[in-house]
Amino acid sequence: MSEKLKISIKNLNVFYAEKQALFDINLNIMEREVTSLIGPSGCGKSTLLKCLNRMNDLIDICTMDGQVMIDGANINTPDQDPVLLRSKVGMVFQKPNPFPKSIYDNVAYGPRLHGMAQSKDELDSMVIKSLTRAGLYDEVKNRLFEAGTGLSGGQQQRLCIARALAVNPEIILMDEPCSALDPIATAKIEELIEELKRKYTIVIVTHSMQQAARVSDRTAYMHMGELIESGFTKNIFSNPQHQKTQDYITGRIG
Amino acid sequence: MTELLYIALFILASYSFMVNKGRAASLGKFNTLHSQPYYHGLYSSILTFLPAIILLIFWSSIQNIMTNLSIRDFFVDVSDPGLIKFYIDSVINYSNGVSSKIIEHDGFMPAVEKYSSLTYTSTILKVIVVTGLSIILLRASIKVVTVDFKARDYVESMFTTLMKFSSVIAIFVTIGIVLSLLFETLRFFATVNVFDFLFGLHWSPQTAIRADQVGSSGSFGAIPVFLGTILISIIAMLVAVPIGMYSAIYLSQYASETVRTYAKPIIEILAGIPTVVYGFFAVITVAPFFRDLGDKISPGTLSGESAIIAGSVMGIMIIPFITSLTDDAMNAVPSSLKEGSLAMGATVSETTKQVIIPASFHGIVASFLLAFSRAIGETMIVVMAAGFAANLTLNPFESVTTVTVQIVGLLTGDQEFDSAKTLSAFALAFVLFFLTLILNIIALNMVKKYREQYE
Amino acid sequence: MNNLNKRNKAEKRFKLYGISAVIIAITFLFVLLFNIFSSGASAFKASYIGVKIEIPSAMNIDEINSRKEFKRQVLKMFPEVETRSDKRALLSLFSKGAIYEFEDLLEQSDSNGLDGYYWFLAHGDLDMYIKGTVERRGNEAGRINSKRMTFVDALREQNLIQLQANKYLLSSADSREPEMAGIRGAIVGSLYAILIAFIVSFPLGVLSALYMEKLASRNKFSDIIETNINNLAAVPSIVFGLLGLAIFLNFFSLPRSAPLVGGLTLAVMTLPTIVIASRSAIKSVPPSIEEASIGLGASKIQTLMNFTLPLAMPGIMTGTIIGIARALGETAPLLMIGMVAFVVDVPGTPLDPSTALPVQIFLWADSPERAFVERTSAAIMVLLLFLVLLNLAAIYIRNKLERKW
Repeated sequence: MSEKLKISIKNLNVFYAEKQALFDINLNIMEREVTSLIGPSGCGKSTLLKCLNRMNDLIDICTMDGQVMIDGANINTPDQDPVLLRSKVGMVFQKPNPFPKSIYDNVAYGPRLHGMAQSKDELDSMVIKSLTRAGLYDEVKNRLFEAGTGLSGGQQQRLCIARALAVNPEIILMDEPCSALDPIATAKIEELIEELKRKYTIVIVTHSMQQAARVSDRTAYMHMGELIESGFTKNIFSNPQHQKTQDYITGRIG
Repeated sequence: MTELLYIALFILASYSFMVNKGRAASLGKFNTLHSQPYYHGLYSSILTFLPAIILLIFWSSIQNIMTNLSIRDFFVDVSDPGLIKFYIDSVINYSNGVSSKIIEHDGFMPAVEKYSSLTYTSTILKVIVVTGLSIILLRASIKVVTVDFKARDYVESMFTTLMKFSSVIAIFVTIGIVLSLLFETLRFFATVNVFDFLFGLHWSPQTAIRADQVGSSGSFGAIPVFLGTILISIIAMLVAVPIGMYSAIYLSQYASETVRTYAKPIIEILAGIPTVVYGFFAVITVAPFFRDLGDKISPGTLSGESAIIAGSVMGIMIIPFITSLTDDAMNAVPSSLKEGSLAMGATVSETTKQVIIPASFHGIVASFLLAFSRAIGETMIVVMAAGFAANLTLNPFESVTTVTVQIVGLLTGDQEFDSAKTLSAFALAFVLFFLTLILNIIALNMVKKYREQYE
Repeated sequence: MNNLNKRNKAEKRFKLYGISAVIIAITFLFVLLFNIFSSGASAFKASYIGVKIEIPSAMNIDEINSRKEFKRQVLKMFPEVETRSDKRALLSLFSKGAIYEFEDLLEQSDSNGLDGYYWFLAHGDLDMYIKGTVERRGNEAGRINSKRMTFVDALREQNLIQLQANKYLLSSADSREPEMAGIRGAIVGSLYAILIAFIVSFPLGVLSALYMEKLASRNKFSDIIETNINNLAAVPSIVFGLLGLAIFLNFFSLPRSAPLVGGLTLAVMTLPTIVIASRSAIKSVPPSIEEASIGLGASKIQTLMNFTLPLAMPGIMTGTIIGIARALGETAPLLMIGMVAFVVDVPGTPLDPSTALPVQIFLWADSPERAFVERTSAAIMVLLLFLVLLNLAAIYIRNKLERKW
């Protein structure tokens, strides 16, 4: 495990119009580790995740202050181009949302957008590489030009991961990636996360404590918009410092 | 000449697209560029094309207005504004070679000469300035291609501006309607008293047709026209409301899914038939039918222009407005309400009357208002089947006229634009516009209310 | 239990009212359509008179005065006719168009001479009698007086009056002679007008819908635009005509009676329909797709162009087609901008004076000649055919291309 700081969140406050959603969050995320955000629903973990690639910009009424530093640079400044940021910070959503296009086009969308491939061959190899990394290539190699929406739920989600990988991100954000999947598909995704962390920094929001315990190196527990506790996963689960964390992991709040 | 200019601009724009795209692409690895080469090309071609084309259009319209003004000077001795317009049009047509008609007026040939020379100079100047602007901007846009240049941001903000502009058009349209109606209406009220218009009992604009009589003896009391409009609309509602309501009740409460899927679209076809077809139907089929019926009671009681003819045909036309909206409103009532009532042993009709209709009341009233607004604004049926003479009566078997009939009658055929007679049409349209607007606003608010209630 | 009986009876009565209402509404529709179709069908045929034409091949057709020659050929069939009034009565059975047909015939004969029976368009009065629209009373029928009737009877005896396909109805423009009047000019005028309406209103409508739905922040201004559009949709069409009259004709001095102005006026009228339909189509595109695209680093505009717009397009097209169909049937605004002129030429460009199909229907319906009644119905049939085709296209797009999420 490297100890290099990748993302550093300092004094982050987020508001939806008048309502404050996040209160003074401070959190460090290390490079090439899996960090999971857990907590009861509505605690602000998804909001925090979306701050990391400024998806909150899409919501008019959402405002924030504080700093989110990636590789030492604040991303919350006006001159940070959110488009460039998002090609560096990939995202996988709660429900698999492949584009209504072929499997190939789904993966090729990002590289085409950013002009990453100079030739068709290069693009082909990017698509194949991303699909292989997402552990999907063997299953779909004979039907790359069929609709991505025709895949099973778990395959769709891996397609979405492949799509995110294709733009060569450094960080991958996952917003409850398995909540719409069955146990077998979930297991596959978890294996994949294990695999991906060698190359990428991963932040995952999950409502399943078992999942957090299985896949993550570090865990942050949130409650009512506040970060209660964060640290190595094994410590959080075996020896929580706060009463609220203990209540949650023992199932008293949920 | 101007067509060639458009083509030249188009070629320049395509050229600048190719050049800038190529330059951006040669600047190094793709992913080091802020924007893709395509956007650099687009940026450049927009810059080359858009300002020049705006200038061109602007110039052309100014040129039209200026030349028109300058040839107007040759006809200062003509007093009739309509005649001046005709002369000016003739000069333009003659100069452009559209017609070879020469007007017998001293100023005609000098005007033609003046017009031709003005147009010629202006066009030459236009070509030079517009192409010049385009080329200058083209050169400027080529210089800005760098790795960091945010071509995509600029192109996108231009596109956003275009979208904003499009959505403001709708407001311009409304302002255009209000202003154009208001302007002429105010001119009308300069010759005719507002109260005489709104509350006068005698409408005969035709007497004002001769120039020496303008405003002096034409009578513009619009009450008979308003009353006629309302009479015909009420007859239409008397036909449409029961049929439309009961259809909606049957379709939403009784009919099977199969019947619904076929019957509702079939009824809605009635709303898709052009109104001119209804007008023809009224004249050819319904009028003789009512006349024969009238003759059986006492010969000659019914003319072919009786209010009841236009009214009943209009009623058929607005049935679907009521059926559709009422049906929607009734379907929006949660089924739990209906089930609750049925579970207490109420019959479907009792449930409908005592639960469904009160619960969807806002939607039903909204449908009536929209249908009524549609009826008073409907034109072709009444133009073809109702009368032009304004009788002050509420007897459905007599001939009445409507606002729309008057507007069409006053504004088609030969007209002088400034007479009180033509202007009165705008005043009528103004009243019509506001009446339908108010009805519509009330109806839309009611629809909103019932939607909020059950969503 | 008397009460229950009564209630059940009331229930039955209520249901009966409902069924009757539906049946009445549908009956109205069928009566209307039946009326139009039954009176319009006959207009697709026209009466033609057979004339034996004999022109030797030696004759130079350039030297023939076709009018005189045609008269000669007709009179030859009735050698017994001598008085001028009788001759006039005989020739009056032919339409003015017969001369043109004769000229075409000469042209085609290529100086090879002609020999045999050829068919020429009959006058509208005769056509009405042959079709049975005007009844025969003794030796007269409508405007066919007894003198003309003797020739009619003679021709019929030789089977020289026939109903054939009406060549004029679909291929020529308006005419004072009902038998030569057609709707080609009106159709072309209508097509120009709705084409212009489409070109103008479609991009404006779609762009403004995109803006309102996806980019505009919710504030007073966007509320004003929204209410404004909803209200514009309910403005009576004739008011749009007045707008066109005041703005396009009087302010911008565009040519009167031109399909260009008609198209612009209809565009303004159709705009709200397109905006409302486009907005609901855009709204139905799932936001998850857009989020995914943005998450990959696409800008907002790129996302709109790559996903939102293409995915909403079937819905937008359906709404647009319905709006355009409404514009195609619209008459009142066109009356206001002068597209009611009597135009005998098919318009060549959108700037030429023209009528439109619904306006032509209005003009013919107003015409005193009885022969125009069936032509009005026929024109309505053609208009309805166009509307049916447009609506079928809309239904097809809705069922086949629109994606359910």
